[in-house]
Amino acid sequence: MNFKKKIKLSVLQWCFAFLGITAISAMIISCNPDDTQVVANFGTITMQDEFNDPGAPDPTIWSYEIGNGAEQGIPGWGNNELQYYTDRPENVVVEYDDEAENGYLKITALREDFEGAAYTSGRIITQIDPGTGNGFEQQYGRFEARIKLPWGKGLWPAFWLLGNDCDENPWPNCGEIDIMEYLGDEPTVVFGSVHGPGYNAGDSVSKDYELQNSRFDDEFHVFGVEWSPNRINFYVDGDLYQSLTPEVIAEEAEESIENSMLSNAGDWVFNRPFYIILNIAVGGNLPGSPNADTVFPQTMYVDYVRVYAAD
Amino acid sequence: MKKFSLRYYVIFPLLGLLCVAMIGCERGFSDDVDLATFPVTPDIFTDAPVGLTDEFFDSFDPAVGANTEGFSTDDSEAYEGTTSIRIDVPTPNDPNGGFIGGIFKDRGDGRNLTGYDALTFWVKGSTTATVGVFGFGSDFEEDKYAVSLNNTELSTDWKKVIIPIPDPSKLVQEKGMFLFSAGTESTNGVGYTFWIDELRFENLGTLGQPRPKIFGGQDQTGQANVGTSVPVIGLTYTANGPNGLDITVNAAPSYFDFDSSNPFVASVDEFGLVTVDGPGEVDPETGELINTSVITADLAGVDADGSLTIEAVNIDVISIFSDVFANEPVDNFNGFYLEQNTLGGDVDEDGNNVITYTQLDFVAIEFYGRDGSDVPPIDATEMTHLHIDVRVNENVDPGDFVRFALFNNFTTPSESEGSFTILSNDLQANQWVEFDIPLSSFIGLGGREALGALFTVTDNTISTLSLDNIYFYSEN
Repeated sequence: MNFKKKIKLSVLQWCFAFLGITAISAMIISCNPDDTQVVANFGTITMQDEFNDPGAPDPTIWSYEIGNGAEQGIPGWGNNELQYYTDRPENVVVEYDDEAENGYLKITALREDFEGAAYTSGRIITQIDPGTGNGFEQQYGRFEARIKLPWGKGLWPAFWLLGNDCDENPWPNCGEIDIMEYLGDEPTVVFGSVHGPGYNAGDSVSKDYELQNSRFDDEFHVFGVEWSPNRINFYVDGDLYQSLTPEVIAEEAEESIENSMLSNAGDWVFNRPFYIILNIAVGGNLPGSPNADTVFPQTMYVDYVRVYAAD
Repeated sequence: MKKFSLRYYVIFPLLGLLCVAMIGCERGFSDDVDLATFPVTPDIFTDAPVGLTDEFFDSFDPAVGANTEGFSTDDSEAYEGTTSIRIDVPTPNDPNGGFIGGIFKDRGDGRNLTGYDALTFWVKGSTTATVGVFGFGSDFEEDKYAVSLNNTELSTDWKKVIIPIPDPSKLVQEKGMFLFSAGTESTNGVGYTFWIDELRFENLGTLGQPRPKIFGGQDQTGQANVGTSVPVIGLTYTANGPNGLDITVNAAPSYFDFDSSNPFVASVDEFGLVTVDGPGEVDPETGELINTSVITADLAGVDADGSLTIEAVNIDVISIFSDVFANEPVDNFNGFYLEQNTLGGDVDEDGNNVITYTQLDFVAIEFYGRDGSDVPPIDATEMTHLHIDVRVNENVDPGDFVRFALFNNFTTPSESEGSFTILSNDLQANQWVEFDIPLSSFIGLGGREALGALFTVTDNTISTLSLDNIYFYSEN
């Protein structure tokens, strides 16, 4: 009798202990609502803008690029784009949503006649102003942003990086890392790319990431890269979908590199500080022009931009 | 005993932790929880019908020309598996019926479709014909949650059709699994075949940007007598598909939640019927009669574009063209006289019936029995006004005008004509303007016991023009 009871109790005890431990583990795993990937190598935050202060974006980090690219010598920003970038709050503003208790950077594309263009939009950058020291540039690290994208034919938003020496070392030699690009008429697809000498524009090294059961325009997603001396990894919501190395570049862009007349074709040009760009382009070679079904205005909501460096 | 209690000393906190974990993690009911008692079966037809009535094709009434012979399954065509549904679309003069269509119905009490966001299937045609209607939600009983997609162009290869469910939360017990209707309008009367496979409800997750509309997305106005009812029309739901293209379906009123801004004037039921309940009230401060109510709607929390501002009136009406009042028969909305250039007539504009003319110089709406028709002339002796809504679909320039002319005893020796001219400063570009013109202002009109035509004349000053809500009335 006693023996039986003892056995029973001990089985019960083990069952409950096991259940308890399982429950605690499950709780720890499943109760974490933040799906951000654990950053293993890049744990030191070096720049963080949560966009919680209403008004213009923080001028110590961000500045505007204005116009249609003509002033920069690339009318249509090199892609026959149709928008005129402004620094007006209609196009670029930080707003705080009291209900959601969260702030967002809003970059908005409008259909309006402005300075000879049919659309306006916004493009902000973190390139360091040598006069004031404002801005942010970094070599290597994890760059990520949480973004809800606009939609519709002709919309071309992006979160990307440019080498900080493009003035002396013209594109594509200065390098470009496109953490996220997206076309509004493909609402389930984003793509990550790099551009460099011999592999750029239509011959950039690029890969799509497609959502199977959701969209990029009706909820926020986290877009990021982890960039180290000889590797750039591309992530969406913590899913690694592309890993680029000098070897991959040589292989993926073999033909265009071979056909290039440049002596540095195929070079890995990602070993210097880069700065961040957030923008929405309208029209141009890649997305094509908006059509009658494109609804304006269209807004890209950026919840945060965070940059980490190696520990 | 001591040992016993110590052991529970360990077990109870663990149980407690388990409870905390379960409560702490709760984020509402999981997708796996089946609250409803009706089956959630998604499949309708794979290689065979799934959970449908024995004769799984329930045809439209052969008495109206529906062909019941052209429906079968085909073991030699399939998108997946072995078998597809085969539909042979008849020619218009087929003795068995000139079109084919019907529904598939759940064999039980209906299915719970709240976990899905679309009806999808694969379709292939023998030619690139256009199928008039695909849909679901019709059960030949209530059709309460009917949805239909118009004019699907076939391909000679398999292609996927997606029909969004406007608000899945409403479909807790749906019997109407599928509906189609096809004729040969797009093939000039030549019969063709199409096949359907892998017909099911799906939770795609890739449909976005919901845009419901009532009244075709337009802000309409109307007058109605107390105690009468007007249906909400032009109800559509647009979603953006995974390929970036919009999909617009007709959605039954019961998907929408309607609102009346002034319950003293009007109410709306779940079937979208607006009833004018009262004459309105006099504002005690201004002494003004508030006799209008704005009817709006939302669908699953998204505001619908479009509205109806309904004005409660007490009038007798003889209507020529209106979505609100019963219309008298007319011969035509464009007499197409040899001397005129005007094109156009009555059109469906996003679900609203309007009359639109282009290349307008002059045009007649005739209602006198042209070419021996049975249409009688209108006796407007007891009426006092002509109501008409005018929208100029271009810029309004100085010198532009619209002249309306009424004819009594039209085309007979005793014919008389009276006209009234609206000048440019009373017109607006691309906006509806309402006119209530006293019939006594139609200078020259001898009598109005046998009105037979209403002419619209612009002499090319305005070439594109729309008209709506054309009726005679008298205030009681």
